[in-house]
Amino acid sequence: MLNINDILRGMEDVLDVRDLRMRYGHTDVLTGVSFAARRGEVLALLGPNGAGKTTTIEILEGFRVRSAGEVSVLGADPAHGGEAWRARTGVVLQSWRDHSKWQVRELLAHLGRYYAPYCTASVTRPWDTDDLLETVGLTAHARQRVRSLSGGQRRRLDVAIGIVGRPELLFLDEPTAGFDPEARRDFHDVVHRLTDREKTTILLTTHDLDEAERLADRILILAGGTIVAAGSADELARAMPGQSEVRWSRDGRRFVRAADDATAFVRELFRQYGESVEELEVRRASLEDTYMALVRQAEHGVPRGLTDVAA
Amino acid sequence: MNPALVAARAGLSRGRIEFKQTLTTPGDLIGILFMTGGFLAAMIWTRHTHVPGTRFSLGTTMLVSVLGLNIAAYGVVTMGDLLVVEREDGTLLRAKAIPNGMLGYLLGKVVNISGQIAFAVAITLLAGTFLFTGLAIASPGRWLTLAWVLVLGLLATLPLGAVLGSLFPSQRSAGPVWILLLGGLAAISGIFYPITHLPAVLQWTGQAFPVYWLGLGMRSALLPNAMATVEVGRSWRQLATFGVLSAWAVAGLVLAPVVLRRMARRESGSNVAARREKALRRT
Repeated sequence: MLNINDILRGMEDVLDVRDLRMRYGHTDVLTGVSFAARRGEVLALLGPNGAGKTTTIEILEGFRVRSAGEVSVLGADPAHGGEAWRARTGVVLQSWRDHSKWQVRELLAHLGRYYAPYCTASVTRPWDTDDLLETVGLTAHARQRVRSLSGGQRRRLDVAIGIVGRPELLFLDEPTAGFDPEARRDFHDVVHRLTDREKTTILLTTHDLDEAERLADRILILAGGTIVAAGSADELARAMPGQSEVRWSRDGRRFVRAADDATAFVRELFRQYGESVEELEVRRASLEDTYMALVRQAEHGVPRGLTDVAA
Repeated sequence: MNPALVAARAGLSRGRIEFKQTLTTPGDLIGILFMTGGFLAAMIWTRHTHVPGTRFSLGTTMLVSVLGLNIAAYGVVTMGDLLVVEREDGTLLRAKAIPNGMLGYLLGKVVNISGQIAFAVAITLLAGTFLFTGLAIASPGRWLTLAWVLVLGLLATLPLGAVLGSLFPSQRSAGPVWILLLGGLAAISGIFYPITHLPAVLQWTGQAFPVYWLGLGMRSALLPNAMATVEVGRSWRQLATFGVLSAWAVAGLVLAPVVLRRMARRESGSNVAARREKALRRT
């Protein structure tokens, strides 16, 4: 049964971050980060190592106290979230060897118990243990001790622990670091199932472009302590100046140029040189090109778009 | 349903599960049996030696005193060590990430370690009744004394262990400290030899810490009353035992939440990751 609070909650921003700043000693790690997420959205925080991704996510998780800025997570300040707020969030931690003596099913059932008092009319907590094992594909390993799991299985258990309380908002920090391609694909499947079935809002950090493109509705590129670009993979690629790369050869020489309007550029090319243009290739900028250009720009303060690619 | 109550119940079952794991994990079980066996060997060695000034077996006195030392060893060292280890391996951070998880985590530790102490005390006593003579365990009053010393001992040592465990940065730095702390205190607390034979300075130092009073409490519970003559003041000093252990319990219970909260607040994924990298570099 729907009540008015649930409806209102569905409309508000799950995440609202305004001018978030973080300083360690004399080092500014975050120099003003602002973004918001609506319910059910999957956001990827993408950036090179040391860009402040983990700092940002830890502040939102309530594990780190910010230096300045306004942060609202599920309508509360994570620095003073409280246990009821905690029950509505899920955190997928980078595992190491915790709970190694526990059996998989035993651990999930135990951790789920803490969420039972936080059931609402619309959300049944915790997630049924057997159903959860099925969802993350660990049914066959239910009785195994945690330490005997493979890396990929262990990661799926981490996800299961993160979602056992049916969180409205899930944090994933570098979820697939150190994964082989198969484990990565399995993990992506789990995330897709989660967003399709549960309408969970997800904030994930990654330095893997492919992952961001696959999972996220919106990508936030974090570089130099601030968000330098935001949008869907497609929007980001389009937003880049010099977005297409045109290659051709003429009289045995090879040329590469970047063009804002590739069609007009090629038309002009043929008008000038006609049939001597050979081996023509037109390539739209990939997300990777966009990303590299933006990060370089943020780190060195020098715009170096594709226009600089020499022949 | 009160969330804290639910977490407390989950914590109790967490403790039961962890204790069961301790008993079924060969490494852990061997650790407990090795320590108990080591003490038993020392007692058997001194079985026919007399406590100075009496015709009573030093081995039997040691057996009873070691019950007290067990409480301190598990209550402080095992508790502290588990906190350090589980902070390093990320268990604590997981507890922090779930609602009331820290409450459940700590209660689980208390139950698990209490179980280990009861186990160690039980096998020591069981071996004692077969191998040693002179234990005064016939009357229910004796068991009652044993019970209150045990419970008060847990209250005096577990919070202390939690405080110390929160203060150490890593397992590596903690290891030698535990050995020095416990070994040093055991030596000056009248566990292996009557404290009245030590220099006055050491006697007073020993009496400032709970280990001495835990040993004394156990002796007052399980030795014949005539043996009180070799103690300080020729008395079991049960009232003082109750007072000192209570004072340590109050101090620990006041201090532990503050220190634990401070430690927990500092835990985050990047801290755990940094410690993991440090540990992996070492190996």
